[in-house]
Amino acid sequence: MNKIMVCIKRVVDYNVRVRVKPDGSGVMLDGVKMSVNPFDEIALEEALRIKERGSNAEVVAVSIGVADTQQQLRTALAMGADRAVLVQTDQPVEPLSAAQIFLALAKKENPDLILLGKQAIDDDANQTGQMLAALWERPQATYASKLAIEAGKATVTREVDAGLETIEVDLPAVVTVDLRLNEPRYVKLPDIMKAKKKPLDVITLDSLGIAAPVWLKAVKTEPPAQRQKGIMVKDTAELVDVLKKKGLI
Amino acid sequence: MAKVLIVGEHDGKTLNAATHKCVTCAAGIAGAEIAILLLGADTAAVAAQAAAIQGVSRVLRVDRAENAHPLAATFAPQVAAAANGFTHLFGPSTSFGKDLMPRVAALLGVPQVSDLMAVDGAYRFRRPIYAGNAIVTVEADPSRLLVATVRVASFEAAAAGGSATIESRSLEVALPTHTRYVGARSGSTDRPDLQTAARVVSGGRALASAENFKILYDLADKIGAAVGASRAAVDAGYAPNEMQVGQTGKIIAPEVYIAFGISGAIQHLTGIKDARTIVAVNKDPEAPIFEVADVGLVGDLFQVVPEFARLTGK
Repeated sequence: MNKIMVCIKRVVDYNVRVRVKPDGSGVMLDGVKMSVNPFDEIALEEALRIKERGSNAEVVAVSIGVADTQQQLRTALAMGADRAVLVQTDQPVEPLSAAQIFLALAKKENPDLILLGKQAIDDDANQTGQMLAALWERPQATYASKLAIEAGKATVTREVDAGLETIEVDLPAVVTVDLRLNEPRYVKLPDIMKAKKKPLDVITLDSLGIAAPVWLKAVKTEPPAQRQKGIMVKDTAELVDVLKKKGLI
Repeated sequence: MAKVLIVGEHDGKTLNAATHKCVTCAAGIAGAEIAILLLGADTAAVAAQAAAIQGVSRVLRVDRAENAHPLAATFAPQVAAAANGFTHLFGPSTSFGKDLMPRVAALLGVPQVSDLMAVDGAYRFRRPIYAGNAIVTVEADPSRLLVATVRVASFEAAAAGGSATIESRSLEVALPTHTRYVGARSGSTDRPDLQTAARVVSGGRALASAENFKILYDLADKIGAAVGASRAAVDAGYAPNEMQVGQTGKIIAPEVYIAFGISGAIQHLTGIKDARTIVAVNKDPEAPIFEVADVGLVGDLFQVVPEFARLTGK
């Protein structure tokens, strides 16, 4: 294992209650706290553990986005990534384009393993890893909750609807990670200072020759239908009574 | 005219109800001609079930030994080949469909619309983003194949009563050998399937241990319910991963969802908001779940659950 590439997305922080703009043109992002997509943080943590277990692989964190995405890459460097690459663009990048961009980086970097979150918590699309694996013509192992690497292979336990499934893939491969793979480390202050000196390359989307068009036009954005607050009952007997009357039990 | 191909999900014996829900979604496109694609080692039994779904005109079977397990790397090139001639390609937003469909879309060089929750036109759909905090209407280019996953909780299952033709297909597609199935651990129980159950009983971190979940299993068995859990409970090891309900777990739409000791984080609520009736029992009267519950009870679940079971005893 010589190199692991970890794809990171800058997203609205997990704890922010997202609100829709009154004119329906999107969600309110001004002044909102931005963070590393939590699933990508787990992906990075896994890469660092593989490195620390003795493989000594180089861990490269990559991202696509506005100039401020450097903040999230600095966080990745502070966690322990060796270097970072930002493909800078102000335009929105949909999963298919993101996969094409990561493919271009993969062809430059030639990693043995690409790790990323199973989905980003903004668009909830759950596509980029699978698309990248397809374009790269390499295996994919999605929703990983356990990952073992040995002799050019990865054995991956996947969280699926029926329970857990284990597959074996030849490396290089794309692995998308689920919540229970690990618990990411906290970043310590000295690491933040050290991260400032680590290399962070910024390249433009144009330099890769990828157009990243609008594949799907967002026509309007609305708040979801709200459920009405219902009734409160005083005890279990009344609860069972209400549910029986509604024919629910 | 829209020609929709739906990738059917099955275990070799039974067609997953998610497939029937994809049919309902596809039928929302005016004048759609609907076909179901089945890949497997032997799809005879599930093909008969698919052919009986109302609104389906054709069932395409692709039987080959390599299709014994639904590996995305193996299935994707076959699905991509089979999609030729169709205008739409749908799969369910289950772990099967979510794994497979983007790989197919990328092979075909087209984008994917994830989690269709409403059909506004042949190329205009609504889908949730930000854990369901916003609903976006998207429009796709009609000149391209439209690949999508269907949010199964948003659609009723299509009824029986169809009589589609069944065709066996042999696709001349080279399959990769870089991905191999090793095994599975399924939490199979006699209880109803969480994703399709009419009644669901669910527990949160307040259950405090895996042993304590037993009181929920007992109640579930009395009322014929499936059992779910919050992410907190699964993370703590009180319940297995396949029980997780929420943004990153299962999105469900039962007739009644009874939540015990679940506070109601937005990520959990997004998994249950299509439930017809939400019942919440929580010690904390300020728990956010009471804001969306149709029936709420402030109380100690360790008293309420056994009492509930006793009062509903079969």
